[in-house]
This record gives sequence, structure tokens and C-alpha cells, in this order.
Amino acid sequence: MSTADANKPAGAKTGIGAHLGSHLRENGMMLALVAIVLFFFIIVRAVQGVDFLSAQNITNLFLQNSYVIIMALGMLLVIVAGHIDLSVGSVAAFTGAVASMLLVKMQLPVLLVIPVVLVVGGLIGAAQGYWIAYWRIPSFIVTLAGMLVFRGLTLWLLGGQNIGPFERSFQALSTGFIPDLFGPDKPNLTAMLLVALAAAAIVWTGIRGRAREAEFGIAPEPAGFFWARNAVVVVALLFVGWKLASFRGLPNVLLIMSVLIVLYAFFTESTTTGRRIYALGGNEKAAKLSGIKTERLVFFTFVNMGVLASLAGMIVTARLNSATPKAGVGFELDVIAAVFIGGASMTGGSGRIIGVVVGALIMGVMNNGMSIMGIGIDYQQVIKGLVLLAAVIFDVYNKTKQG
Amino acid sequence: MTAILEMQGITKTFPGVKALSNVNLSVREGEIHAICGENGAGKSTLMKVLSGVYPHGSYDGEILYDGKPARFRDIRDSEHAGIVIIHQELALVPLLSVAENLFLGNEVATGGVINWPLAYQKTEALLRKVGLTEAPTTRVEKLGVGKQQLVEIAKALAKNVRLLILDEPTAALQENDSQKLLDLMLELKGQGVTQIIISHKLNEIRRVADRVTVIRDGSTVSTLDRSEITEDRIIRDMVGRDMAHRYPERTPRIGEVLMEVRNWSVMHPDQPRQVIRDVSMNVRKGEIVGIAGLMGSGRTEFAMSLFGRSYGRDITGEVTLAGGKPDLSTVSKAIDAGLAYVTEDRKALGLILDEPILRNVSLANLEGIAKGFVLSRGREQQVAEKYRGAMNIRTPSVFQRVVNLSGGNQQKVVLSKWLFTDPQVLILDEPTRGIDVGAKFEIYNIMNDLAAQGHGVVMISSEMPELLGMCDRIYVMNEGRIAGELTREQASQERIMALILQDGMKGKAA
Repeated sequence: MSTADANKPAGAKTGIGAHLGSHLRENGMMLALVAIVLFFFIIVRAVQGVDFLSAQNITNLFLQNSYVIIMALGMLLVIVAGHIDLSVGSVAAFTGAVASMLLVKMQLPVLLVIPVVLVVGGLIGAAQGYWIAYWRIPSFIVTLAGMLVFRGLTLWLLGGQNIGPFERSFQALSTGFIPDLFGPDKPNLTAMLLVALAAAAIVWTGIRGRAREAEFGIAPEPAGFFWARNAVVVVALLFVGWKLASFRGLPNVLLIMSVLIVLYAFFTESTTTGRRIYALGGNEKAAKLSGIKTERLVFFTFVNMGVLASLAGMIVTARLNSATPKAGVGFELDVIAAVFIGGASMTGGSGRIIGVVVGALIMGVMNNGMSIMGIGIDYQQVIKGLVLLAAVIFDVYNKTKQG
Repeated sequence: MTAILEMQGITKTFPGVKALSNVNLSVREGEIHAICGENGAGKSTLMKVLSGVYPHGSYDGEILYDGKPARFRDIRDSEHAGIVIIHQELALVPLLSVAENLFLGNEVATGGVINWPLAYQKTEALLRKVGLTEAPTTRVEKLGVGKQQLVEIAKALAKNVRLLILDEPTAALQENDSQKLLDLMLELKGQGVTQIIISHKLNEIRRVADRVTVIRDGSTVSTLDRSEITEDRIIRDMVGRDMAHRYPERTPRIGEVLMEVRNWSVMHPDQPRQVIRDVSMNVRKGEIVGIAGLMGSGRTEFAMSLFGRSYGRDITGEVTLAGGKPDLSTVSKAIDAGLAYVTEDRKALGLILDEPILRNVSLANLEGIAKGFVLSRGREQQVAEKYRGAMNIRTPSVFQRVVNLSGGNQQKVVLSKWLFTDPQVLILDEPTRGIDVGAKFEIYNIMNDLAAQGHGVVMISSEMPELLGMCDRIYVMNEGRIAGELTREQASQERIMALILQDGMKGKAA
């Protein structure tokens, strides 16, 4: 009987092959990241004679890319909800400018300025989200307008000039390092310890997840594969930790970023609100008829994006040690590219935080590696564009193959 | 007379359903051939096979057109051969003019440059043929559904049609528009155009058809000549078995009134007209209540306006539910109050197709699987497994994406979602549309179980036999009003139709 045939398990194959197949995207991205890092390590050493994985360059990688990753966390929610935010670069520039005015012109304390600027970012997000959520103006239009408006306001606020420098405590937001609790000797034991703890936590949650899956009778990831993947992650983390420890320790911004990544991963995967955002992006009408307040959720994703953009704006401003009218130009493209390379669907409803982080790191490593190799900005853009295109083609191809 | 078309042994399978099984159809040159069958019997699928929507190779069997094997790869191919299909949902571009629509993809042009004067001239000639006097530059959106239907036919004529297929052409038409359309069909027949009409309006078939082929459950049952066409015969062939065995046995145990709606009125969301007028109805515990009516009679609009004001504006009226006055102002409040609404269109409105079964089941009651804000995925899976068993959802695992399930299993997922909200009253809007016969029976069983557990069940359906077979009481709706109420004993197809027609008269007199 045909009904029985058609209901035969489509994904019931077992074994490593099947598992790899169904998680091709995530594992593929991780592998791609590792491959790209190794590629640059070998090429840069051969051509330039420089160590790509030097302590200083690893530290740089995080400092350079933290803002993209932080904004990509918010952008994932926006894109999962079925929208887009083109204004994040301008908003980051504007909030950075606001921060510089408050700090330099008004001499307000850092601990007051940071929360105030975050609130400003939230208000900007609310102002855009209001039209998108409650008036159903397409987000592309609203945030395109926002992109122009906040770029203009940045120029106006700064009067076309750079404003800086800042006191050390604000600069520490970006260029500061966690002080070593065990004294100033090298290597930095605090950094080593924190990284080791993080690695242990990742393995522990993995094991607990497997145990729970087994308890509920879910076919788990094959054991060999699970351990291999975890071993790669742990080795990579410990390597990075050791390198950081032998340089200046753990950058503050890396800690902020890591905490946010964990928070957002938890939010998207394990909370009712997070789940509802995916439902909204998957089928807005069905979500609405299931009692989900879709307008409120869309509004929330834009407020959240505004807050993260303002945080990124402050980090960039602190790193440059001045607010400039040109700050954040083109950020939105890096951020959106990171989300799509990370596997989010263009129509909303799918995408994971871990994918976005890996996507952002791929872009970041490529930027950094190509710059060290002395590849011109012209070729860099071409290559990055092609990588984005290839990643999305890969996704679409996979999806049509699955049917 | 020679056969213009022979379809032999056509079999077409979709994931989860065998839509056609060894169907034979023979159409003679110059005749009007009707195809009859219940919803989901496979009529539309057969026509899609014929017109190349499902290309050659995606089905088994042979199509002979003009005695030669035809292997259409797409609609363009079949149109080239003079086969044009007019679907239930019209395929016109509303913002383009009549002339632009008529020649869409087939423009009157030389070297890509459109010759507008010639196009308008041809358009006028074609419009005259179908009895329209509109200017060729009129935008299609300005025309009523009846005239749009005629434009579709003109479009077919523009393609030099030899075999015209009309899929339920009068379903959305008023009586006099339907008559005009049937007249036009006879006129085209006179001009030698062979036609296939899919319809289940038996009076229309009697009027225009030369022969009838009846399809049931994806197979040909019979082909009748004009002299053999009687309603009894067609219905017997369509239904194929006794009413008694199509619907599960049930002894209703009906309790007190569970939900009562009084004087419910709703305005259209963006036009200044009333869609629902003064509707009053009730459901008792353990009762299955039907709402009958034609397409556009306001049944869905009534249900959706009740369910958290999901439709319309300026909603007035009173509702009591389980003795209290529930707050139904938003969907989530309606759910909390104990109301559930299973939508008519399960793919567009009921499911998140790309997500797995378990996430769809928990969607309307995430609190039920969470502590505070934090979801328990283990609990979510247990819930899904429970309903998978209880509803007999046929799937290898609850992690299967619902897009891969058959219609019947998808509907069971939707029902699971709503049962997990623990409703008192369930409104089911066309719960068996597009579901094969076996799964229908299972859905009926589930409905009976719900009633037996003391839920109130409201079933909206366009299939009268289904209402007659399942419901303890039937409300008949017409033009947004309740036209009448029939008990199980009183109800029959004729009485329901009579109520609709009488109400239509009243509406016109008023």
C-alpha cells in the first residue's frame, strides 16, 4: 500500500554517514573554519615567514571581529523572524558618537555612559521596530532609511570631526585584558584557567545532552564522532587559551562576547520566547493563529538589535580611541554575511547561534589572513563575496536535495 | 465520433498518497465531457497530468492525443497542442489589463515589440466571443469573478484551444453568471471546441455534458452516456458504498450547553460591509455540530472572528463558554478560555512545514512543556510521542519535518497541537479537505472520541454527506446569516440546499 511506503522513515538511516548527512551544514562550517585557519597558517608562514597563529595575531583576531559577532547575534534573531536590519553600521557609529559626546564633552562617568548608550540603542531599535512590527512597513525600507538617518546624525553630532581620546576605563571595553589574579608572571594563569573551564563546560553540557537524549530515546550522535568533535574543540580552545595566556591574557571583549554567545544560544534554543521567534519566521500566520503575539516579537528583535549595535558601537569607538564619522561603514554587510554563511535561511525560521559565530569567524579569519598576505582590498572583496555566494548555494543545494 | 483524447492506465503517486490508480478517460472530438467525483477523488490531479503540470515521466500510463502518444513536459507543451486548462484559482494578473492578460506569454509582437493596436483589436474580437463588452485596457481587478472567468476562457481561445478543461468553473459564481458560462460552453461546443468540465453540481452536468466519467478514490468507476446520466446513478458511483460504512458508529451522549454565541456580527476588515450578521448558535457537551453553507457563506469568517478576533472588525455579540463570559479578544486569550480552531488551510495557516512534528505539536502551548521561560525538550518529545500514539500519526519519528507527511497525518499533527491546549470547544474548519479516504475515517473517529470525552465539536464542511454522517445538529449558513438549523433526523442534502436557496430569495427581496 502506497501510504505505508511513503511513510517509511526518510531520515531513519543510522550510522555516521547518515549523521554527517543530516548535520552536514554545521560540521561542514566547522571543518571549513579549521581548514581556512590551517591554510593561512601554512601559506603565511611560507610566503611571509610570519606565524599566523602567533599570540598577538590571535588576540587581534578577536579584537577585530568581536563587534561583528556581537551584532550577528542580534541579526540572527532579526533574520530568523523573517526580517533584515541594514542600519546596524550607522547605529553603531551613531551610538559610538553619542558615547564620545557624553564622555568627552560632558565628562560623564564611564559606568553611567555605558548603560545610557545601551538604552539609546534600544530606543533606536524600538523606533525602527515600531514601524516594522505594528505598521508592517517592510524592514528593508525602514532600516535602509535608518541607515541614512543615523549616518547623517553621526556626521551632525560629530560636526565632521573625530572626538577622543577617552579615559582608560572606557578603552578597556575593547583593548583591556582581564588582570591575572595569580600575579603578573607569564603565562597568564587566569586566562588559562578560564579557557580550561570553558572547555570543560562545553564537554560537560555535551555529555549531559547525550545522556538526556538517550533517556528520551533520541538517536544520539555516534559516540566516536561526538568525542572526535569535542576533542577538536577542546584542543583548539586550549591552544588559543595558551597563546592568549602567553601574550597579554584574556581580552575583556572576548569575555563579553563569550558570555553573550552562551546567553543567546540558550535563549534561541531553550526558551519559550526564543522558540516563538523561530515559529514566527517559519510561518507567521500559523504562529499568530497559535496564540503567538507576532508583532510584539518582531518589535523585540529590533530593540534587541539596537542594544547590541550600540554595544558594538562602543567597542569599536573604544578600540579606535575616538568616535569618527566613518566608523561602522559597511558593518551591516559583514554582519548579514556572517549570519547567512552561518546557515540562516533567507526566508526566516532557521539558523543557529553557533553557526553564526563560526560564520563570523570565517569572515574574520579571511579578512585577517588576506591582509597579512598583503592581498589588496580589491581582491579581498571579490573573494569574500564569492565565499558568501558559495555558502548560500551550498545551503540551497542541500535543501533541494533533501526535498 | 473519434476520440480526441485517450488517457490509459494513469497512475500518479505523491509522498504519502496514491492520488491516481490506473485511471482511464476517453474524450470524443467535439463533446463536453464531465468528470465527477468527491473532493480528493483525484479529478484535479488527473487534469494536471493531462496538461503537463505533472510532466511526462512523473506518472505511469499513456496519453493519446489525436491518436498519437503525447508526452507533455510542461503547460507550454500541452498548450502548444491546443489543450488549455482553467484552474479553480484563476491565473490572471489582477493589476494588468484584460489585453495584457489575454496575451500573457503569447504577446502580439514582432521581434519583442508589442503591436498594441493589433493586440487591442484581437482582444475586442475575443471578448465579443465570450460575451464581454469591457474595454481591452480595463484592469482585471476591476472585473467581478464571473467576468474574470470569461476572460480566462477568452485567453484560452487566444491560444487556439482545441481541448478546453474547466476545473469547477462555477464554484465561485453567482447563479446568473453560472448560467452565462454554461451557455458559452454550449456555444463553444457548436464551434467545435472539445471541453472537459469538472464539477459536482449535478444539475449543471445534466445541462451541458454529453458524457460523464465518475472517479472515486483515484480510480475510474464508470463512464455514462447522456441517456444514463441521472443523479442517483452518479451519486451511487461517486460514493460507492453505503453511508453507514463511511462514517464510524457513535452513540451521542449530549450534555448541557457548553458554548453559546448570541447576535454575532462582524464587519469586513477593509470594506464597509457586514460579513457576519446576527449569528446565534450553541454547542453542547459531547455534541458534534455542523455548519453547512456554500463557499463564501461566511462560515470561516464566523469561526475566525470568534477565535481571538482573527478576522474582521467591529465585532459585536455575546459568548458564554462553560457558564462564564470568556475574554476572546486575542488568540492567546481564546486559547486560555478553552477554544481551539483548526484552520481550513492547514499548510498556510496551521503548520510550520519546515519544522519537525514535535515543535508543531507544542506550538500553541509552549507553557505546557516549559518551566518558566525554559523549555524542556524531553517533555516536548514525550508530549509528541503521546499524540503520535493516540492519533496514530504514521511517521518514523516525531523529529520528521511535517512537510514530509501526507495530508491526513499533517491534519493529525494539527489536531494534536490543539488537543495539547486542552480545549473545551474545538472548531474544525474543513477537517478532511484533501485527505484520502482512509485517513478521513480516522479523523472522524478522533472527532467522535473528542465528543465522547465531553468536548464540544463544531465542524465546518462543504461536503454535505460528511456533515450528514457526522453531526448531531447542523446549522446552515448563507450570506453571513444562519439560514436555518436542522436536527440529525431532519437533515438531508435537499433540506440544506432548500434552506440556502430560500434564504437567498429573502436576501434578494430585502
